[in-house]
Amino acid sequence: MSDSTSTDAPATLYGVPLTDSRGQRVLHPTRAEYLKVVKQLLSDTFTMCSDLTAVDFLTHAGRTLPDGIAPERFEVVVNLLSIERRERIRVRVQVPGDDATLPSLFDMFPGTEAMEREVYDMFGIVFTDHPDLTRILMPEDWDGFPLRKDYETGRIPVQFTADFPARPEAGAQ
Amino acid sequence: MSIVDVIRDGNEPAQGLKPRGEQTARELLREVGAVLRMSEAEAARLGDLPVDPSEDQTMIINMGPQHPSTHGVLRLMLELQGETVLRCKPIIGYLHTGMEKTAESLTYMQGGTNVTRMDYLSPLNNELVFSLAVEKLLGIEDDIPERAVWMRMLLSELNRMSSHLLFLATNGMDIGAVSMMIYGWREREEVLRFFQKVTGLRMNHNFIRPGGVAADLPAGWRDDVLFLLDMIPPRLDEYDVLMTGQPIWRDRLQGVGVITAEEALALGATGPILRSTGVPWDLRRDMPYLRYEEMEFDVVVGGYGDAYDRYAIRLNEIRESIRIVHQILDRMPGGDVRIQNKKVTPPPRARIDESMEALIHHFKIFTEGFKVPEGEVYVAIESPRGEIGCYIASDGSPTPYRMHMRAPSFVNIQCLPHMMRGGLVADAVAVISSVDPVLGEVDR
Amino acid sequence: MGIVHDIAEDGLGGLQHNAITARLEDLVNWARSRSSWPASFGLACCAIEMMATGAAHYDLSRFGMEVFRASPRQADIMIVAGRVSQKMAPVLRQVYDQMMEPKWVISMGVCASSGGMFNNYAIVQGVDQVVPVDVYAPGCPPTPETLIHAIETLHGLIENGHILRRRAETGAGADVHITEIPAGTESVPVILGTR
Repeated sequence: MSDSTSTDAPATLYGVPLTDSRGQRVLHPTRAEYLKVVKQLLSDTFTMCSDLTAVDFLTHAGRTLPDGIAPERFEVVVNLLSIERRERIRVRVQVPGDDATLPSLFDMFPGTEAMEREVYDMFGIVFTDHPDLTRILMPEDWDGFPLRKDYETGRIPVQFTADFPARPEAGAQ
Repeated sequence: MSIVDVIRDGNEPAQGLKPRGEQTARELLREVGAVLRMSEAEAARLGDLPVDPSEDQTMIINMGPQHPSTHGVLRLMLELQGETVLRCKPIIGYLHTGMEKTAESLTYMQGGTNVTRMDYLSPLNNELVFSLAVEKLLGIEDDIPERAVWMRMLLSELNRMSSHLLFLATNGMDIGAVSMMIYGWREREEVLRFFQKVTGLRMNHNFIRPGGVAADLPAGWRDDVLFLLDMIPPRLDEYDVLMTGQPIWRDRLQGVGVITAEEALALGATGPILRSTGVPWDLRRDMPYLRYEEMEFDVVVGGYGDAYDRYAIRLNEIRESIRIVHQILDRMPGGDVRIQNKKVTPPPRARIDESMEALIHHFKIFTEGFKVPEGEVYVAIESPRGEIGCYIASDGSPTPYRMHMRAPSFVNIQCLPHMMRGGLVADAVAVISSVDPVLGEVDR
Repeated sequence: MGIVHDIAEDGLGGLQHNAITARLEDLVNWARSRSSWPASFGLACCAIEMMATGAAHYDLSRFGMEVFRASPRQADIMIVAGRVSQKMAPVLRQVYDQMMEPKWVISMGVCASSGGMFNNYAIVQGVDQVVPVDVYAPGCPPTPETLIHAIETLHGLIENGHILRRRAETGAGADVHITEIPAGTESVPVILGTR
């Protein structure tokens, strides 16, 4: 476990930048380093994947990232849990919008099967080598990826009864 | 949208189970129900060999989504050989509400109303995890008044009791002990009556908010809680007589839906499922939040990983919750119920008539909402179903940029194929019931 | 004769409303309203309150409705309890189509009546876009008292027979909106069994 936390150089863990977010450690690997880092975390007692989700930063480009990490449109966030050490750690990977693919964690954590399908369904990020990458929450023939920022909420304008002619009273008890 | 548009094929073939003859060995091996159990040799035997038409054909049947025993709109495709389940695939999404998208347009004050409807059997726990996440982003998690923290613990434990009572009721009915449905609801009504007195609603309370809780406990609350604590233990002993020792109950649940600790950890299962395999992981004890480190309670752990263990764990967790509520009754402090931070807590209604500043704060908090600093946070607590987590990424505006709830049932449902393999169809219902999924939080 | 011909064809539903058959029709409607069986279509939080209404404290069986039939072929009333998502709407229509005439629909809760607080891409904004609704029960979730009020309203409509005649003419539901009854705070605890 290579670890440098000297005050003048930025902190790293397993060779990727390490930051602190409200008291929790966050790793920022690139897409190429992603599987390697997660594999090292798995062998270092982080045996449970609590959560795998994504964020679409289309309308908020100016977020703080460590030096050397270029912000992309999507960010896949993986929360891992170590039961022995009672600790959590987060991994955030930048995924570009025009090439939204990422290796799947299924072979290391079979529990990510449903979580990665949900990210695919909601954001359109394709996880290579996933056993069954189909939509999970929306119908199969749905068009579009609902949680992307350029997908509208789909609100219908509220109709007020004052705008409509009075309805006849229905038979009451 | 006319009625004609709705009549399309609602069968979702791509999300369903493909017949075994159409799958390669590698695909079979990597299916969720097989991945930790089947060896490569077995998969090769099943997959690459041509399906012999003379041997017994297997049958793929569909269970749900509208079915009295599936705890909501869960659809299961089962591949059966006679009565034995070979493969199983859950298909979800029939209750998808777009809550995470809605959350991006609601302020942090309104977020509780949205989040509380995810796990509708323990709504206060949803609100609690959301509020804890917002408070962590704001940086005020250490400044919440003591009384608010203890009230949150009280409500959370009572919610655990009402959720487990509902589990006993539905589990009993699914196994066939229909009278259990009536008994479980009888106790649950009393707990809901208390909630109604405190929060104003029987369900979906929106009571635990960022900054504290919405209002103080009403006068006479101690008597109401003591009434609950006196009434429920003898009833639990009745259930022990009715179910726990009973041979039919044991035969139906022991050895059914077995899952090992390694499988549960690999699949991310938490809560009673993980504890039934022998792993003593409970977030209240191991990563404590609120004031759980000062409470004395036991973590109930099973040894066999079967449905009977999960039933017994939940029954005993009600007893542990009763212990905790006794301690909270003795130690509930006085004081404010909301943090006195003008940016987060709206002023009391009477002050709006007197002070211009109070009026402006009230207006801003309820219309625009309070701004939360930029950042991201993941907070998790122990809900009756497992680890419920809230991941919020904020961009400094009054609404969350991205809110994601890590729902325990969404991950626990991945255990269903493992638990059902090799079992009988009749046990399928018992297995689903022992996992106790809530489809509201699975589909969000 | 007309009456015999209609009964032979459509059974009791073919009774023509006239002075001779009125008494028989009243009897039939009276019986229908007191033994209507609900089809279980509980989806979300409202389903929990529907189950609470069927449980011992609020007891639906005094209205003849405690048997929630799993099979829609055996049911009369479909209580749509909960939010209907885009994936579920075809299933809802299929279940409704499988029910035998006469059938009625209660839309329980605001999500079923109008989409509720979820005005977005995922929820059908009111089940009346999919099935004809007879009574709308508001609330999020409606208290059991509200649901019983809705059921009793529907029973009243069944008993006076107008609802079926209007359905035959327009194909639409009765469209009755009721007011919500908030849960009472002074109710006495019901303690069943002695211990």
